[in-house]
Amino acid sequence: MQSKRVIQALFAALIVAISAAAILDTAGCSRSKGGKRVSLIGSTSLQPFVEMLAEEFNAGQSEIYVEVQGGGTTAGLQAVDDGIADIGMCSRGLKPEEKYTSFDIAYDGIAVVVNNQNHVSGLTRSEIADMFVGKITDWSKVGQGGRGPVRLITREEGSGTREAFTKLVMEAAFDDGLKKLKKPYKDPATMPADIREKIQRYEAAKPRISLYAITEPSNGSVKALVTGDPAAIGYMSLGQVGKEVRALTVDGVVPSAATVHNKSYPLVRPFLFIVKDKPTAEAQKFIDYVYSKPAQDMLEKKGLVRRSDDTEATSHAAK
Amino acid sequence: MLRNRLVIASLRNGRQLKRRMPLDRVISLVLLLTALTAISGLAVITFFIFREGLPLIMKIGVKDFIMSDQWRPSERSFGILPMIVGSLAVTLGAVAIGLVFGLGCAILLTQFCPPRIAAIIKPAIELLAGIPSVVYGFMGLILLVPLIRDYIGGPGLSILASSIVLGIMVLPTVTSISVDALKAVPRSYREGSLALGATEWQTTHMVQIKAAKSGILAAFILGMGRAIGETMAVIMVSGNAAAFPKSILDPVRTLTSNIALEMSYASDKPKGESHRNALFATGVVLFVIIMILNTVALYVSKRRSRGGGK
Repeated sequence: MQSKRVIQALFAALIVAISAAAILDTAGCSRSKGGKRVSLIGSTSLQPFVEMLAEEFNAGQSEIYVEVQGGGTTAGLQAVDDGIADIGMCSRGLKPEEKYTSFDIAYDGIAVVVNNQNHVSGLTRSEIADMFVGKITDWSKVGQGGRGPVRLITREEGSGTREAFTKLVMEAAFDDGLKKLKKPYKDPATMPADIREKIQRYEAAKPRISLYAITEPSNGSVKALVTGDPAAIGYMSLGQVGKEVRALTVDGVVPSAATVHNKSYPLVRPFLFIVKDKPTAEAQKFIDYVYSKPAQDMLEKKGLVRRSDDTEATSHAAK
Repeated sequence: MLRNRLVIASLRNGRQLKRRMPLDRVISLVLLLTALTAISGLAVITFFIFREGLPLIMKIGVKDFIMSDQWRPSERSFGILPMIVGSLAVTLGAVAIGLVFGLGCAILLTQFCPPRIAAIIKPAIELLAGIPSVVYGFMGLILLVPLIRDYIGGPGLSILASSIVLGIMVLPTVTSISVDALKAVPRSYREGSLALGATEWQTTHMVQIKAAKSGILAAFILGMGRAIGETMAVIMVSGNAAAFPKSILDPVRTLTSNIALEMSYASDKPKGESHRNALFATGVVLFVIIMILNTVALYVSKRRSRGGGK
């Protein structure tokens, strides 16, 4: 009886010891035996491309280990703020109040995608805006043989793609109108009261994405939904479109790396690496790699537009 | 009196007893500390949620927070009414499905099933409880959503999809508690009813179920509690549209999904009235709803046990 207990206890201890050894061993396996980690968190638009670059970078040397996570642009900025991430991945331009140092690594178009069975092949920016506001609710209203209700698919509020889409599509006409209203009055103090009221009312009517749109947390899930639903329309990173969905022409321009490069396609946003002030030495090494020709060639092959050579790191803190 | 017995025992076998009495005290102290730790965990969570969430509700106003239908955090507009409606719609659907199928299973297992088949069904249902919720969500997304979209209508991501998935998730809970409740009915009830000439089904629905009513109600409320708190599966099949649904084929967002979707990027500035505070405030509302549910459950079961379960 006693020996049976002892044997059981020894067996249990053996299992615990083996598991502990296995766990510790695999944890130590990832080069952190004295190696440095660089963690990138943020945009799901950048994620697949940066993961590809990180794999190459990790394979080419063993002192630094780069790891990549998604979460969305704003989550990435939060992570940089909180010190959790070394680099934040951002898929839109920074706002003036966001005081970070940014490194642009590529340019990407925003594709407006529909299901392959949808007859519609192109829309104007204002038609897209009207759809996403909720004014156009049926595909038949835009002609081209479309039929059925419009099903909107949008990203979550913290998405850089959503912010860029909102700025470039929803607010493009709005911003122009607001500028026209404000233009005659260089000094806001000289504005008469009725103009001021008009501007206030105009600002209150800013077009926003309808609350009835289905919200998805990543480029991948938007694409999956549009692939399966013939009535769906969504927006996603041009570099990730592939063959399962169709990217519409916007204002008559076909979305492609070429039209993004020569700026004829209107929906273009920068891909940025964000750090608080200065990158750590290891992070700088990865940034240098991403700037290098082989890395930029890889990005170009995958559908992005390479960065132009005369842009450098911009620091908003200096402004 | 116990003390005397202990003292006497010590005379007969002094060494053993002397070791037991202080040990008793030590053990009971340790167990008390363990229980207090668990309770203090709950207290800490409650305190934190209210500390972060309540100032925002006070600032916006309870009415504006709960009754407004505009959830646009980037414009500092926090109205959660559509999410409350979404949570309630999805939960009611889930409980309806869970109750119909769960109670049905329970009645089958206790009244009509031969023991050999019951031995297969019962473990199968209990296995359902062990499947992680993300797997349910995944199955719902891959199998159920396209089915609803292609054969019934709407985008597929809907109240209907969420209710079905959640209904299956709460099924094991409802079934096992209902089974316990039905088994607890004294056999004499059943035998008396049958002796009076009632059929099996008449006995079941006129006598057994009535007698087990409080237990079945408890199952109902526990299922509801589980359904209202479920997040992962619901995010994957509900569509997450923060607007009022017009039919069960429309997408909705629940209170739990709202928190989970936005948690990773909710900023915490300005202090006290930030997006993050708004998510905690959503947690406060959830907390209140669940407290109400639990209180109702407690009250109903107490009334039943006092009234003799008629």
